[in-house]
Amino acid sequence: MAYFRSHVLVSVDPKCIEMGAFELMGALQDELVKQGLVDEVEVLETSRIGDPETSAPDMIVYPEGVHYTNLSIEDIPFLVEEQFIKGRVAAQYAREIKEVSDEELSAAQAKEMRIVLENIGTVIPLNVEEYIAHDGYMALGKVLTEMTPVETIQEVLDSGLRGRGGAGFSTGLKWRFLRNAEGDPKYMICNADEGDPGAFANRRVLEGYPHSVVEGMIIGAYATGASQGYVYCRAEYPVAVKTIRTAIQQTKDLGLLGENILGTDFSFDLEVRMGAGAFVCGEETALMASIEGLRGEPRPRPPFPAQKGLWGKPSNINNVETFSIVPQIILKGAEWFASLGYKKSTGTKTFSMAGDVKNTGLIEVPFGITLREIIYDVGGGIKDDKKFKAVQTGGPMGGCLPEALLDLPMDYEALDQAGSILGSGGLVVMDEGTCMVDIARFFMEFTQEESCGKCTPCRIGTRRLLEILTRICEGKGKPEDILTLRYLCEQINENSLCGLGKGAPNPVKSTLEHFLDEYEAHIYEKRCPAKVCKTLIRFEIIDGLCTGCTLCARNCPVDAISGERRQLHVIDPDICIQCGICEQLCPYDAIEIR
Amino acid sequence: MKVEVKEGQDVRKLVRGLVKEKGYEKAELIPILQDINTQLGYISDEAIQELSELMNIPSSHIYSVATFYRMLSTEPRGRHVIQFCESAPCHVAGGRVVWQKLQEELGLENGETSDDEKWTLITTSCLGVCGVGPVLVVDHDIYGNITPDQVPGILSNYE
Repeated sequence: MAYFRSHVLVSVDPKCIEMGAFELMGALQDELVKQGLVDEVEVLETSRIGDPETSAPDMIVYPEGVHYTNLSIEDIPFLVEEQFIKGRVAAQYAREIKEVSDEELSAAQAKEMRIVLENIGTVIPLNVEEYIAHDGYMALGKVLTEMTPVETIQEVLDSGLRGRGGAGFSTGLKWRFLRNAEGDPKYMICNADEGDPGAFANRRVLEGYPHSVVEGMIIGAYATGASQGYVYCRAEYPVAVKTIRTAIQQTKDLGLLGENILGTDFSFDLEVRMGAGAFVCGEETALMASIEGLRGEPRPRPPFPAQKGLWGKPSNINNVETFSIVPQIILKGAEWFASLGYKKSTGTKTFSMAGDVKNTGLIEVPFGITLREIIYDVGGGIKDDKKFKAVQTGGPMGGCLPEALLDLPMDYEALDQAGSILGSGGLVVMDEGTCMVDIARFFMEFTQEESCGKCTPCRIGTRRLLEILTRICEGKGKPEDILTLRYLCEQINENSLCGLGKGAPNPVKSTLEHFLDEYEAHIYEKRCPAKVCKTLIRFEIIDGLCTGCTLCARNCPVDAISGERRQLHVIDPDICIQCGICEQLCPYDAIEIR
Repeated sequence: MKVEVKEGQDVRKLVRGLVKEKGYEKAELIPILQDINTQLGYISDEAIQELSELMNIPSSHIYSVATFYRMLSTEPRGRHVIQFCESAPCHVAGGRVVWQKLQEELGLENGETSDDEKWTLITTSCLGVCGVGPVLVVDHDIYGNITPDQVPGILSNYE
């Protein structure tokens, strides 16, 4: 393999091509030949570097990282002489590299530690050579040539890796169950049905570093004796489906998937199955039913998938993130991974931060970090410097935690004890303007809708919870409602068949525990303290602030506002539908919600 | 996207082609239904009948699968399908007022199709682009960071 002292990346996005990127590349190549530098300088194509509107065509020279823009063919001889012969920057063409902002994944903050997300956004996802250059498929080579399947399982077991889908079961143990299970064939399944609202880490891994998932699955198959694998990806992620499909094909073309991988007698095949929009399919038994072509309804466990899984055969299901960590554990060792994290939760975890926090998007932190550090140090605090009210962890089946619990070190156990879950790592931050009863109602709307209907506690229980919460939000709450809600929460949790039903009451239970005063205000005083619940608020125009500009009256959809120009306006509460348009529009902040 | 298909032979032909391409195993049922849904806009009774005969699966089972999954529709849909993300992150980021505006602007409620068959308005589960919520999708175009006053402009992009 040839080594080059310099690499030139020429941007070849459509705009740059239109501006002559290929001609420029040709001229550059010719000049390098002329100067005898072809063995020293390599010219490569890359996707967009800078802002194509103003800088095309452009290129970056490494290792210096100099960005040259607005180049023409005539500039090339001079540029080559300065940059590659004299070894100095041709300043008149050089520009600062403009960062292309990524709203979902920004540069790592001080308290972050990135293992899963490390290479996302910096490598080209479907350039398998680039993955290999980042030690990709090296772990696979290592297990196939140096480790027995049992040793591989032991390594994963020793690392302490636990399921990143949320349940937190030991990955090594799961693999051992499958290895020891009787039956043939065995299936290795990747759960890419990331349905939790607010969670999108798996999508980014699939879209940004798909080969890490493929490699993790092949290693898992080798360790457990699985011969067929499936990636079950939700249809709401069309790009992820396409990317993982292509990655699998590339791996097949390289002989890393299929018959006799790397010349050994180990064979494994992998395909993608797409969901069709059913949240419950993220539950492992429902997911398998869906692959089989059935309604995605869960079934009772035991028997566990390791005994009777897909088509009644021994199967194992892990999450996208779990698989993507596996190659790194194999390469860097179980000890390295086990040294990160906190207590029984080793390593790092990705979180998708959303809601009223300044920096939304994906983060990755070691276990043991506190929620306060996550929200304030990594997340930059609350938007518009409002007051923090609650954070909901773990998706729609997670609990809402108040300020008092922010100093909790994050791990599977601590969150469980606090009445929430780690789940798939969704974090929804809520500020003081959020009504917790409304939020609980909102989550019940979700679980009630997504309940598959198979078991009664979940199907009917969530419906009852929703009805009661809706009534409370409408100001028709009864004093006994709080007790009824508590009783229902307990019954649904204890008697539901799968994780959806068991977790469904968490938002209600946790808000009842930490924000009982808000429930009481709604029920006894018919008042919504956060001024969110429509029937419990009214809009009024403040005398002294209103200038009589008529803006509100002209925009009121139900003509509830009256008043002469330059005179105080009045809202008729009998007509007002509490849409809030007047409050948003008023330039003088003269409209108050009471 | 959507192919105009005349009732009768053409639906059956489409189904036959898909089954031939994907295979007759039950595991292929959902992928086949997805393709029918994309190409016809919905899964018609006739398509279910044909599938049932070809794959030897009771039509009741096919119907139960087709109605279980949110992305499959057994009702005809409009030329443009608007999906609004109703998930918590979008809700917290101001999704509720956008949803109201959308309903007002179209005169439709969740799940309804307009009389001129131009629009179908539905809610969708989380699309995983929560960093830019509230989010709505028209056909295959995703719009993020939506405010209510942007709604008419977005709708006017579609014929």
